Amino acid sequence: MTHLQSELKSLKGDILEMWQLVVNQLNKGKEALTNFDRDLAEEVVENEKRVNSFELKIDRDCENIFALFQPVATDLRLVLASLKICNNLERIGDIACSVAEFVLDADTDFNKSILESTKILEMYGVANEMVADTLEAFDQEDTRLARTMFKRDKILDQIDQNALDRVEESIKNHPNQVRNSLLVMSMIRKLERVGDQSKNIAEEIIFYFEAKVVKHKKKKQKEGDE
Amino acid sequence: MGNKLETIDVNLYYGDFHALKGISMFISENSVTALIGPSGCGKSTYLRLFNRMNDLIPNTRIEGQVLLDGEDIYQIKPSKIDHLRRNVGMVFQKPNPFPKSIFENVAYGLRVNGITDKSFIGAQVEKTLRQAVLWEEVKDKLKKSAFELSGGQQQRLCIARALAIEPSVILMDEPASSLDPISTGKIEDLIFELKNLYTIIVVTHNMQQAGRVSDYTGFFYLGNLIEFDKTKKIFTNPSKPETENYITGRFG
Repeated sequence: MTHLQSELKSLKGDILEMWQLVVNQLNKGKEALTNFDRDLAEEVVENEKRVNSFELKIDRDCENIFALFQPVATDLRLVLASLKICNNLERIGDIACSVAEFVLDADTDFNKSILESTKILEMYGVANEMVADTLEAFDQEDTRLARTMFKRDKILDQIDQNALDRVEESIKNHPNQVRNSLLVMSMIRKLERVGDQSKNIAEEIIFYFEAKVVKHKKKKQKEGDE
Repeated sequence: MGNKLETIDVNLYYGDFHALKGISMFISENSVTALIGPSGCGKSTYLRLFNRMNDLIPNTRIEGQVLLDGEDIYQIKPSKIDHLRRNVGMVFQKPNPFPKSIFENVAYGLRVNGITDKSFIGAQVEKTLRQAVLWEEVKDKLKKSAFELSGGQQQRLCIARALAIEPSVILMDEPASSLDPISTGKIEDLIFELKNLYTIIVVTHNMQQAGRVSDYTGFFYLGNLIEFDKTKKIFTNPSKPETENYITGRFG
């Protein structure tokens, strides 16, 4: 293995480790919301520092690889994609942390019917699976899996669009849960972004493996050209 | 990692020409240090301090201390200079194999040092050809002339020849500048591998090469050591504007 290849291997290792950490953050956040587990929510907030330090390390490693090795072709695309993926993962990490903070902001358990009517748990589940599947797509060089992000994001968008009406209903139906209903609204707005970040990551995965730029392309072109 | 080599306030004059101006620098053990700078900046002169090759140039005067494992190599007895040059191997810009077979090129250093044990020599030749990542390419033609090899192979042969007598330091003066990109890549990967076993100093005109192979980089200009630091630091955020101007191609 050449010197550059060993640097790229360790960069990939760091990206995957950061990715897994972010997936864990999301899963723990969902569990914290479902079971109103404040300890778990606090753990997620605490772990946010680790996500941030991964971002700093990967940024620095990419800078060094550019400066010292001038990568080209697939190596260049890997470093460029890593920078952007890392940036998106950091934002997803922020979202996981924000949602956990909203859980901590609640003063009582979340009423089950609010969680159900707003579909927030379903949304949270889809968002987490999307991020986990982008990891899988990157690790397994599976651009077909990456392309599923564009369609799956629509589920999150739909839930987000309906959220205002659903939350309004739940405030009317559960006057003692106004605060929690508003928190659920805030969480939905945050989780909607996870879909967009996952799409961005999917675009970078396609760029890395296929050297195709699919961002800002029409839906058919993105999901097609397989 | 300790300091394998160190220079303390070294000045070198070729006659009236002040070629090295008060250079203090250390070289860590089992690391690769690259020396960069425009032509005539003193980097090759500095490299040749460590095996006392400058001594061979008339009217050369050296002040200051040059330490190898803590011992000043300019204070040793003349009879020990041979020993020094065994300990500090050198590879030159142009591959310069001897007009002998591939095997004999590598065995030569052992033979002139009085080693006659055939099985030891055979084992050592194979070991060092493997270290130089040349073995697989030459194992079936060891008796052929070294001149039948390509330039890149010849240079790796010269590296194997330097390694055969088990030095602890290897000096390389533009080791890849006469080679094509593929051979250059092989030499660079080899340098990266060899630092586990040796302390290596590489003079190079090719800044990107310094970035790829070295742990530390020294930038020389007009006989001065302008900046010496970790290679990552030099190539991402050098401390001196002169270094920044040189590595970004704004002068030199």
